[in-house]
Amino acid sequence: MSSALVPRRSRRARLSTHRRGPAGYAVLVVAGVVTLIPFLSALVNSLRTSGEIGSSPLGLPATPVWSNYGDVLTGDTFWRTLFNSLTVASLTLLFVLVSGAMAAFAVSRLRFRGRESVYAFFTLGLLFPAAVAILPLYLMIRQLGLMNTPLGVALPQAAFALPVTIVVLRPFFAAIPRELEEAASMDGAGHLRFFVLVVLPMSVPPLITVSILALVQSWNGYLLPLLILPGQEDWTLPLGLSQFAGSYLFDTAKVLAYAVLAMLPTIVAYAVAERWIVQGLTAGAVKG
Amino acid sequence: MRLMTQPTDAPAMPVRADRSRRGGFRALRLALFLLAPALALYALFVIAPLAQAVFYSVFRWNGLEPLTDVVGIANYQRLVTDSSFHRALLNNVSVIGVSLLVQLPFALWIATLLNGNFRGRGLFRVVFFIPYVISEVVAAILWKLLLAPQTGQVNGFLDAIGMEGLTKSWLGEPSLVMWSVLVVVTWKFFGFYTVLFLAALQAVPEEQLEAARLDGANRGKAFWYITLPSLGPTVRIAAFLAIVGSLQLFDLVWVMTAGGPVGASSTMVTYMVSSGIKSQEFGYASAVAVTLAVISFLFASVYQRAVLARDNVESSGVAR
Repeated sequence: MSSALVPRRSRRARLSTHRRGPAGYAVLVVAGVVTLIPFLSALVNSLRTSGEIGSSPLGLPATPVWSNYGDVLTGDTFWRTLFNSLTVASLTLLFVLVSGAMAAFAVSRLRFRGRESVYAFFTLGLLFPAAVAILPLYLMIRQLGLMNTPLGVALPQAAFALPVTIVVLRPFFAAIPRELEEAASMDGAGHLRFFVLVVLPMSVPPLITVSILALVQSWNGYLLPLLILPGQEDWTLPLGLSQFAGSYLFDTAKVLAYAVLAMLPTIVAYAVAERWIVQGLTAGAVKG
Repeated sequence: MRLMTQPTDAPAMPVRADRSRRGGFRALRLALFLLAPALALYALFVIAPLAQAVFYSVFRWNGLEPLTDVVGIANYQRLVTDSSFHRALLNNVSVIGVSLLVQLPFALWIATLLNGNFRGRGLFRVVFFIPYVISEVVAAILWKLLLAPQTGQVNGFLDAIGMEGLTKSWLGEPSLVMWSVLVVVTWKFFGFYTVLFLAALQAVPEEQLEAARLDGANRGKAFWYITLPSLGPTVRIAAFLAIVGSLQLFDLVWVMTAGGPVGASSTMVTYMVSSGIKSQEFGYASAVAVTLAVISFLFASVYQRAVLARDNVESSGVAR
């Protein structure tokens, strides 16, 4: 399925028909370098002092100033925000996977009156930007006493990830052959055991896809944490970084070191699981 | 979308003759049990706030005191004449315009250059996708520092090549700030569309291109008559995602400029957040939210009916 969205290398017969001319290659190289400039600049300047950056923005580090990283890594803000982001993302993932898979199973393999309406109700969420709900959500979380708690961010994040999760999982669950279900029921397994013992193990790829989508959205999320987590103790990584940049703007070098460290987990994950991540994120494109 | 056709939607499940009425009831009970957590989460945190936004939008309210001051459609009337809101709306429209007219064609161009087998192809694809993977907050901070008037590398570069005259306060001048935002938005998101287009390009039948070329069609003609038509569904989905994404632009702008200076780079969502959280005008901010919701909803429904429906029929409805 969505693996088809990820460019797969097809070796056959393409070599001859698609040779890259020097002009095309040059365009790609220029576009690639321009794409990377903000990252390269951040890396280089995170190893200088803010004074050096101020006096010559384009210069290279005379001697690498590792203390920028040292200061961020020994301060408690970075680690605390990292930990908070991990907590929020794990909770979001847990909620959306459990509730989303259960619901997707119900709307794909159980026959009951109103099934299509329930499914349509879930897809309704794809038609509105999440931001529309943000102010009432903020007031509700405040009333529920969930301000400055990971739950206050994770529950709404999971709720907003549900529609795309169900939309992606449903066709997979539906495609599992009926014979398997009949065989399971011969062996005395009910719907629930069939779901847990057959459907879930067979659906690992789409489950990974929806997990990546939910994880990246939670990890990169900003608006919700901005409103729900005003207390410094509870800031997530993006929130901590933006506040750090706001208050330390005079110390450009440290902000850059923080930014580089903040994107490191993402870059490492991307390097390790590039295909899965590209596939997971482009699977959002099915939500037409 | 089109490529995801193997698993069929809406499984045809024959009603088995031996299924008793009691069985149907048990299925319903099981369905309710399985649906309960998702329905609870979704109703409480997605649907209820949407409904509340509509409700709040007819009040004048600071978000704290009891809801007493009903003002009817006054908040909406204010929107009609509020030039700050018009500015925000216009900015969203320009993001849509640049996304459709610059970002998507550029992404398609890069995708056609990437299509094929050659040294470094995989690396290029990875590189173009990186800006999309990192958070908007990180992207905003990297660019804010690049574009800083005194210490930024962009002005530093202009100085270095002797074009001091062109150095600007890229995020500080109301006439310039939106252009800077548009550049950053393009940088951040074009890689996503490049990957979408690349996947679609690889599904274009090689034989047809070969045949066209044998018939004497040059590259441009082959692209125009064969490649582009078969990219249709992907282009239509990409345009949809670009428009919907442009309507909800927030993080990037909020961290780079907070919508400033003097609202010059505000979007509907930044305007909503500043009206609500900063000015404590929750009723008015809710009217902004509802307007955004209506625009998105109308656009999404019309677009799906008029444009995407065709593709969905072709692809047995899996994209829905």
